[in-house]
Amino acid sequence: MGPDILQIDPLVFAAIAAMAAATYATRVFGYWLVRRTTVSGRLAGALEAVPGAVLTAIIAPMAFATGAAESGAALLTVLLAQRLPLLPTVAGGCLAAVGLRMLLG
Amino acid sequence: MQDAGRRAPADSGPGRIWVRYQSQYESAFLSKVSTVRPNSEFNDGVVRITPLLVAVIVYGLLFGTLAAQKGLSPLETALMSAMVFAGASQFVAVEIWTSPPAILLLGATALMVNLRHVLMGAAIAPFMKGWSRGQAYGGLFFMADENWAFALQRSATAPLTPGYYFGLCLPLYVGWIACTTLGAVFGGFLQDPARYGLDFAFTAVFLTLLTGLWKGKRSFLPWGAAALAAVAGHLLLPGVWYIALGGLAGAAVGALQPPPVAEGETDGA
Repeated sequence: MGPDILQIDPLVFAAIAAMAAATYATRVFGYWLVRRTTVSGRLAGALEAVPGAVLTAIIAPMAFATGAAESGAALLTVLLAQRLPLLPTVAGGCLAAVGLRMLLG
Repeated sequence: MQDAGRRAPADSGPGRIWVRYQSQYESAFLSKVSTVRPNSEFNDGVVRITPLLVAVIVYGLLFGTLAAQKGLSPLETALMSAMVFAGASQFVAVEIWTSPPAILLLGATALMVNLRHVLMGAAIAPFMKGWSRGQAYGGLFFMADENWAFALQRSATAPLTPGYYFGLCLPLYVGWIACTTLGAVFGGFLQDPARYGLDFAFTAVFLTLLTGLWKGKRSFLPWGAAALAAVAGHLLLPGVWYIALGGLAGAAVGALQPPPVAEGETDGA
């Protein structure tokens, strides 16, 4: 493992550039828009829901459709996140995944 | 830079209270703008944001480690942090990373994950009124949850100067690049990540981010729809299109809900 520290693949660079362009667009669009109109109603509702929906969609297969061990670890992670900072929470979630996988086969 | 974690004010449209503050302070701003010493403003911003670097270190090292696991070199990791500078979308990108990378999908996913920036930009726009075009469009490149929240907080009591704003941005930006690169340099040495449950780390990070984004009833239906659509898409569609499907389902349900309350009624940053 571990490619050369200074390795840079042209396709990787293209992917990063695409991400950068998309991200910058999101950063300036709201500013640009407000100078002209106001975001309200259904558009505001949709935009408000998107970040959480996307993050939920990303974890849903792992959290709900992989196995009981993963679902249990996900539940524990959410509970830990109520009280603990990020790092202990993530560590606890990972340990729970390892432990539950061993217990539940 | 952690891009969600604990976000202070609701990430939604320009709040009424902010607009009120704006008109209240606009004249003060205009008369002051020439007399404010840029250096002290910049230093104030740096001092304000510095405690948050703890979170940046944690997220950054973690991100670098995961990027290395997917075969990204430290330089590629540093470039991504410098050019994209948006934690959640970088975590997502590495999660769905393939070799060779799916360029369009990565761009589209970054767009969707970062859509909340649209609302954040809309909220901060009134306070950048006295800024030059270059200051505004340059400053927006660095807009992240933390400096955005602090900038709005500042604007409630004093005019938001470019100096203060860039003071908030600089430590976050440099810290994020440094920590992610460091993580990438050392993360490549870890073998067999599943043994330590590291394959679950993404899920754990996102679940933690989600608990910070949770807004009770308003979140329940869109997120539920997203989860259902994503699981169905995961079973039926190739690759990671389930993410786009889930995001769209959540947005559609969000659009059908009553529109967000004019914030400022409930919180003022």
